[in-house]
Order: sequence, then structure tokens, then C-alpha cells
Amino acid sequence: MTAVVSAKGLGLTFHTADGDVRALSNVDLTIGKGEFVSFIGPSGCGKTTFLRVVADLEQPTEGEILVNGVSPQEARRQRSYGYVFQAPALFPWRNIEQNVALPLEVMGHAAAERRQRIQRTLELVNLSGFEKKFPWQLSGGMQQRASIARALTFDADLLLMDEPFGALDEIVRDHLNSELLKLWAATQKTIAFVTHSIPEAVYLSTKIVVMSPRPGRVTDVIESTLPAERPLEIRETPEFLAIAHRVREGLRAGHSYEEHA
Amino acid sequence: MIRAFREGNTIPVLIVLAVLVCIWYLAAIWLNAPWQLSIYERGDVTDWSWADFVLATWSQERPVLPSPHQVLVELWATTVDTAPTSKRSLVYHGWITLSSTLLGFVMGTLLGIGLAVAIVHNAASDRTLMPWLIASQTIPILAIAPMVIVVLNAAGISGLIPKALISTYLSFFPVAVGMVKGLRSPEQLQLDLMHTYNASAAQTFWKLRWPNSMPFLFTSMKVGVAASLVGAIVAELPAGAAGGYGARLLAGSYYGQTVQIWSALFAAATLAALLVISVGLVERGVNRRMGVRA
Repeated sequence: MTAVVSAKGLGLTFHTADGDVRALSNVDLTIGKGEFVSFIGPSGCGKTTFLRVVADLEQPTEGEILVNGVSPQEARRQRSYGYVFQAPALFPWRNIEQNVALPLEVMGHAAAERRQRIQRTLELVNLSGFEKKFPWQLSGGMQQRASIARALTFDADLLLMDEPFGALDEIVRDHLNSELLKLWAATQKTIAFVTHSIPEAVYLSTKIVVMSPRPGRVTDVIESTLPAERPLEIRETPEFLAIAHRVREGLRAGHSYEEHA
Repeated sequence: MIRAFREGNTIPVLIVLAVLVCIWYLAAIWLNAPWQLSIYERGDVTDWSWADFVLATWSQERPVLPSPHQVLVELWATTVDTAPTSKRSLVYHGWITLSSTLLGFVMGTLLGIGLAVAIVHNAASDRTLMPWLIASQTIPILAIAPMVIVVLNAAGISGLIPKALISTYLSFFPVAVGMVKGLRSPEQLQLDLMHTYNASAAQTFWKLRWPNSMPFLFTSMKVGVAASLVGAIVAELPAGAAGGYGARLLAGSYYGQTVQIWSALFAAATLAALLVISVGLVERGVNRRMGVRA
């Protein structure tokens, strides 16, 4: 299995007016090709920061990290990842089709190819027929699906998702989770997924990275034993609950450390 | 239709207008009374009635404050009943003022946008330009306008360009300030998104900053176009005989023609309103194209 992301002794310290904040400390981690890796932990544990370092949106202060075997900056220049933010961040003056076209325009794809790709990715996220709608005409869940389509449309092999469903209600979230698994199976992409929901992390992932705050660090890495085929009912099986239990234990361990420190 | 009338602001506006017109008529009686009384005194008229007196204060030839209907009659006479080519026509003077207003407004808007782009994209110009822009607006325009006109006249430049420059001077500022804010208005998330696409600064400008700044542009253009008109009128004051609402106002005050002053004022105010409305209409068209929720 080739490594898409590999971090060694990675650390990041923010220098703020209130003193230094160690957002990440000594993170060793490998994400293999085709894996679905979730990052879970309380706020301040550095899960989003790690994703932003992979995306070259933050610069690490210690250690090293390679994305596709090159530096994050080089990987960004090669447009080797798609990023889905917490909020859809659609441009309100563009309709859905034009929003999905945005990265293609920036990357200089021809109009005919753009049309083809837009059609294909909107189909993938079940938004066909909404091409001409403006973002405000769509529900929150549909907006987030459009933003996922936008991240998929230029065919990057790596998808970075930062709590993409965090603002949605549980019913929509369940639906989008199973959709995301289907999409992952269909596209064979590598996905790094930040969440603070234990069921979401266990349901989606092949690997769960448990993190804890002050300083942000990895406390446990769990390889999932769940089968690739995952109906929503799998969340009631003992196997699922066992993994969820281990995640919870990992989170608790991180907390007790904080209390003694 | 009736509902739109009831829920719109037509009725409140009409009520305020009626109140203002009443106050105006009362003020006209009060301000023109001394002159009317002195006429009666000189002519030894003693048997005047109050009704005659009031009507007389509303119809003097050179009143201190002309009554609304006198101004309306004068407006009608100098726009509709006078050929637009005549120097007595407010349409003729309006065109002179409008042409320099529009030229100055276009130049001011372009200059304002250019300055805003420089300020947003260049840290050095951010620190150096802004204080000068603010300082430029602390100079009283009434003081600087005649000098600009006179100096440019001496250099052989006269007519439209010097007046348009005064309009530019007044209109670039709101546009520059508004657009600095507008071009900086994208959310960090949207900027991060463009960064992940490895977008160039030019792409980020045209695809994100520029469309995102449209509401700011139109708001500042509405301020700018009104300021342009003020600039053109102020610039016409020293130009004297050359025409325009400014010249008309000045001539009126030379000869004590208060009716002429007031009608020129109203013509200028109407022109300003039409200009602001025009910018608003363009804004509406752009909004519709940009999918703004109606």
C-alpha cells in the first residue's frame, strides 16, 4: 500500500498574543492509498489543523510531512487534493453548475470538458437537475453535497473533509454518510475526514485516528474490522459497538491526561 | 397594485411632502411680509384685506422666498416652454452640468476602483495611500475648485475637462473607500478555497473579490454620482458665463432673481435624484444576473 500522506514527528505551534499554542505535537501518521481515515477528538485537539497542514493552508513548525511523496505545497500546486470545508462556501452569485465549474475554470479546462465533468459529478452526489439553482434555493444538505461535487470535479485522488456534515441534522447526516460511503466505493479515492461524532467516525472509516488536546496529539489509531459493505443497521452490531467503545476509551484517556497535567 | 400602494412608501412620502409645502407657504408669507407692508405704506394703501396680503406675498416679482407655485411656473417656463438651445433653458444648462458630471463620475469611479485594487493587493500602498486619500477630502472643495479652474484655464485647458476633474476629485473617494472594504469582504473560507485550487491573484480577484464587492461598488457609486454633481456645480461658479446650473445659480444671486435660483436648485436636485435612480437600476440588473434573492 502506497502512502498518500506520511507525517513524522509533525508539530505546529501558533504564536498568539496570549503565548504559544501547541496545536500539533509529535504526530506520526500514514494514510494509505484508498483508505478512509477519520480524525476524531474534542475541539483544540488539532484534527482540523492536521488537515490544513496536509492542504498547505498551515505551515508545520516541526517534523516533516509528505503528500503523494512531495511537500504539501508541491502537492497543492499539482492540485492533488479536493478540500471540503465545514461550511459549503458556495459563491452566492454562481448557480450550482457554475459553482462546481469554479475549480475547472481556475485550472483551465475547456468548456466542453467542464460540462461533461459537471454533469458526471452532480450525478455522483445526486444533484442532477439542480444545475441552474442558486445556493440559497437549496437546503443545507444539498449545498454541502454541491460543495463535495466541487471538490470531486477535478479528479484529485485525495479528498480532505473538515466536519462536512457538522452543521446538519442527524437524519440528513445519516443519509449523507451512506451516500459518502457509496461515493468512496465508486471513486476509489483516499479520504481524510474530520469529525467529532463517534458513530460517524466508526461507520465511515477503515482507520480511526483518536486525538486529544493541549498539546494536540494522536492518542490511538484504530484499524476498523467492519466489512466494506456497511448498511446503516451495522451501527447496532456488537462489532460496531466494540470499536465505538474503544474510540470512547481513547477520548477519555486524552481527557484524564489533561486533568492530571 | 392597491396593496403595493398601501404597503409601499408612497403615502408616507406624500404626507411628508404636503407638510413641507405647507411650511414653505407659511414661511413665504412670513419672509415676504416686510416688503409687502412697505409697498402698502409707500402707496398709502390702508384698506388691504388679509386675503389680498397673503396672495400678494406669494406672488412678488423678487421675493425673499418664492412660493412653491412660482418656482414650478418658472421651472415649466424654462424647461418646456423654452427651446433647449436657448441660454434661458434649464435643459440647456442641465446638459452642460450633466456632461461634466458624467465624465467626472466615470473618471472618479475608475480612479477609485484602481486605488482600491492597489491598496488591497499591495501592503506598501495600503500604508502610504490611505492617509493621503483621507487628507485629500479634508480640503474644502469650494476653496480648491476656483484655483483648479483658473490654473487650468491659464494652461489653455477650459470647458468640460476642468469641471469634470472637480467631479472626479469628489467622487473617487467614496468609491475607493467602499471598494477597499468590498474587495476585502470575501470570507477566509472562500479565500482558502481559492488557495487550495492554487489560483493566481488575478483569478482570485476576478472570480471572488470582484463579484463579492458588487454591493459595495453600487452603494459607493450612488454616493459618488451625487458628489459628482455637486462638484460640477461648484466648478461652474467661477466659470461664470460658460453655463450650467452653477452659472445659473450665480447669475440669479447677482441679480437678486430668487425665483431663478430656486428653480435652478430644484432642477439640480431632480437631476441628482435621476442619477442616483439610474445607478440603482443598473444595480438591480446586475443583482438579477448574479442571482440575488429578490
